Amino acid sequence: MSILPSVLRSNPLRRVVRGAALTAAVAVTVAPAIVAQSARAAIPVAPVVREQTADQQIMQVLNRLAFGPRPGDVASVRAMGVDAWIDRQLHPERIDDTEMNELLARYPLMQQDQNALAAQFAQIQRRSRVARRDTAMQQGAQSADLDDLKQARRGRTQLLGEIESARVARAVASDRQLLEVMTDFWENHFNVFAGKNPVEPYYLADYDRVIRAHALGKFRELLGAVAHSPAMLVYLDNARSRANPRQNTRGAKQDALNENYGRELMELHTLGVDGGYTQEDVIEAARALTGWTVRPPAQGGGFIFRPQWHDTGEKVFLGHRLAAGRGEQDGEDVLDILARSPATAHFIAHKLAQRLVSDSPSTALVEAAARTYIRTDGDIREIVRTIVTSPEFFSSHAYHTKVKSPFEVVVSAARALGAAPDTTARTARAVAQLGQPVFGHRDPNGWPESGDSWMNTGAILNRINFGLAVAANRLPGATLSTWPGADALSAAPRAAQVDAVVSSILGGAISPDTRKILMSGEHPLAADAARQAGAPQLTGLAQVVGLALGSPEFQRR
Amino acid sequence: MDRRVFVKSGALALVTMGLSPSFLRRMAYGMELKGTSRGKTLVCLFQRGAADGLNVVVPHGEKAYYDMRPTIAVARPGQPSGAIDLDGFFGLHPSLAPLKPLWDQKLLAPIHAVGSPSTSRSHFDAQDFMETGTPDVKATPDGWLNRLLAVQGTCQQCEAVPFRAVAITSQTPRILEGPAETVAMNSLGEFSVRATGSDAERLEALYRTGSADLIHGTGQEMFDAVKLLRSANPQQYAPRNDAQYPRSQFGQRLMQISQLIKSNVGLEVAFADVGGWDTHVNQGNGTGQLAGRLDDFARSLAAFTQDLGDRMNDVLVLTMSEFGRTARENGNRGTDHGHATAFFALGGGVKGGRVYGRWPGLAPEQLNEGRDLKLTTDFRTVFSEVAVKHLGATRVEKIFPGYTGGSQEWLGLV
Repeated sequence: MSILPSVLRSNPLRRVVRGAALTAAVAVTVAPAIVAQSARAAIPVAPVVREQTADQQIMQVLNRLAFGPRPGDVASVRAMGVDAWIDRQLHPERIDDTEMNELLARYPLMQQDQNALAAQFAQIQRRSRVARRDTAMQQGAQSADLDDLKQARRGRTQLLGEIESARVARAVASDRQLLEVMTDFWENHFNVFAGKNPVEPYYLADYDRVIRAHALGKFRELLGAVAHSPAMLVYLDNARSRANPRQNTRGAKQDALNENYGRELMELHTLGVDGGYTQEDVIEAARALTGWTVRPPAQGGGFIFRPQWHDTGEKVFLGHRLAAGRGEQDGEDVLDILARSPATAHFIAHKLAQRLVSDSPSTALVEAAARTYIRTDGDIREIVRTIVTSPEFFSSHAYHTKVKSPFEVVVSAARALGAAPDTTARTARAVAQLGQPVFGHRDPNGWPESGDSWMNTGAILNRINFGLAVAANRLPGATLSTWPGADALSAAPRAAQVDAVVSSILGGAISPDTRKILMSGEHPLAADAARQAGAPQLTGLAQVVGLALGSPEFQRR
Repeated sequence: MDRRVFVKSGALALVTMGLSPSFLRRMAYGMELKGTSRGKTLVCLFQRGAADGLNVVVPHGEKAYYDMRPTIAVARPGQPSGAIDLDGFFGLHPSLAPLKPLWDQKLLAPIHAVGSPSTSRSHFDAQDFMETGTPDVKATPDGWLNRLLAVQGTCQQCEAVPFRAVAITSQTPRILEGPAETVAMNSLGEFSVRATGSDAERLEALYRTGSADLIHGTGQEMFDAVKLLRSANPQQYAPRNDAQYPRSQFGQRLMQISQLIKSNVGLEVAFADVGGWDTHVNQGNGTGQLAGRLDDFARSLAAFTQDLGDRMNDVLVLTMSEFGRTARENGNRGTDHGHATAFFALGGGVKGGRVYGRWPGLAPEQLNEGRDLKLTTDFRTVFSEVAVKHLGATRVEKIFPGYTGGSQEWLGLV
């Protein structure tokens, strides 16, 4: 045991940070009443006092509306002004994205449209049928067929690798950071699972495109786009839900009404579990959505409404009567009713506030956001604006308090080091190893929005080891070698190294104790022992970076 | 807990006491209150992909079995690659020969026609249902093994033992998700801070400094856990009694579970899984594809039992699979997704040497939906009996919400 006793007995970090916030109270900024380009400029809003210092506000927007600062980001937000930066991020279409298009060109499989991808899957299916039939007829080497099959499977792995890699790479490198944050939020809200069945991965590239397109748009349009997407229709089994079960000759059950999507649509996507619906409503929603399915992969695999599968009887859904004898419109009506419900407004407002502000946002904030939802007919951009320009967003208790998700840990580390986006699957694999594989959440509820849920002993250990691996240059997506100024710093005195690491990785504010630990140099004898144990030997700047990435401070945003 | 480990971690507890009132202190109490911490371990092994119970525990006394499986049936006992007879009606697949001595010692109890009452034939859903312990309910947020620990409120002292529940898997499996603290690791060697000694100390100091928030607290527990594991040094426990674990992933995982048990770190629940059971094509009979999987499975379990020796009195191994396979072989000399299957219970407390579960028969009218082995034992019946009798669980209704079968349904296998 060689924990330094002096360190252990010193001031808690929290007190130091709070103290800093208090002394800074003299310098509180008065936010402009409303940002210039707001669509709702006519509504008068009283000037609000922001508890966070100017520097904290910059870190707050970079940590919550972006995946952490890249080198130079703090300066550019400061130059632009926090509020102008927020408004710009709320309009991603105004931010140049040429670089991202170039990046995406490096993902050839993912770039194909839905029809091409579905056709590829159909081909794999055909090959594996052939291979199975042949191997069944004659045991032993059917090398040509099996090679075909293996190649086809490799294709699927590669496609999934591209999709995962692109999600991470765009979060690292895109200037449209809020769009990336919102894409992450909605893909989690409308969770689908790549491992659902063999065809699901072929729908994910399109799913990502669909969600991005509506991530800051109208909630009803997003909901509708998801409801029409093969990824969701297949994942929650609506694709096989139909009104009249057929009996086949062996008496085995054929597909019948499947309530899966109808239930999750209300419980997880719109009203919330306490949103005031009954089991009857679940059945009625499922009935209304019968016939919403997908074409066979060989025919493109896209959405199709099959009238012959649709339950044409009358439905009563959440008190609304849907007349008999209609078709696809039944489902559209269900989505309309759900998107207009105040319960949905509250549910979405709460979840967004949880992601963007705190694990337990105040009722006042949630209600303000829900009011915006209702007033704007579910305009996500405006709901987000309400939340991220609120006093609560800039309050001291909302500062640096959210535990990062694994995705946020990896992406923010890469960004802090100014890493070039990694187009291999390795950085995405690091995200998976930390417990959050992209499109890898089996159940429809998605990953938790409450940051605390990510904390357990194994998680901390993995995060520390991740930081050490980054510092040891073991990850292509985030290495010390790409860090601007690393060369100059590597020869600099320890104090200068610590200053640089603290400002770019830890957001500038650390306690004297943390600083003291970062300052203490390596111990030659311990280093020898470790070399024998096979652990990476970190020295100088790499050591400071490894400690910073593994520190408790870096686990928060 | 053996004395050497007690002294080591006891000393450690003194050092950290007052700084982080961590599990080490509770651990020390736990050791004094031996009656409270029962020292029992349940090991759950999941055969992912739906193991073909009919070729694992073979109903060689059933003519219909041979009628329905012209090329893949396991031959009758006495024939080449024939089943190993157990009781004149059932036999073990020949690759399970390493388990036969355990049957003879009455440590091994096969359970037949067991599984999930859900009619789902989706691996994804059915595994989920078996792990949450709630068939056909998708909204269950946690797994039953975790609930088992979470509702066992009687053992305050063991509440925060970090190695109370361990999965030797890369991610926390569904069965262990939930409020109780669990650890998932690929291997024991991986559960360490990959840094030089001085860097690891600095990292630890970062977590021991500052506020008492969740991150710092969890970090401190983690460093304590890493130290506990290091001081217990499970890897020093080389397999005993000449136990030979297969070099397979499954064999190595079982060896690590055994090491954890022997190093007395408070392991109550362990989990590992093994794939390769989805035998749609060329399943084989007494030899072939399934035989290969079973060989690894049996040799791993036999080595585990041999290695633990007397400790098997405190250990119960339960195997499970999401569903069984069709009674008839398909056109590809394999089997498709079916319904009921066979599990095994293994341990000193198991009343082995007997096949449990009511046999439903394989005549056409006896099959489920005309195609699969019918279910006669709900998996929750087996799990709840084991939870109560082996681990002392008291609140079955919390562990298996919605399950109405009571203790009168139990098979009496423990």
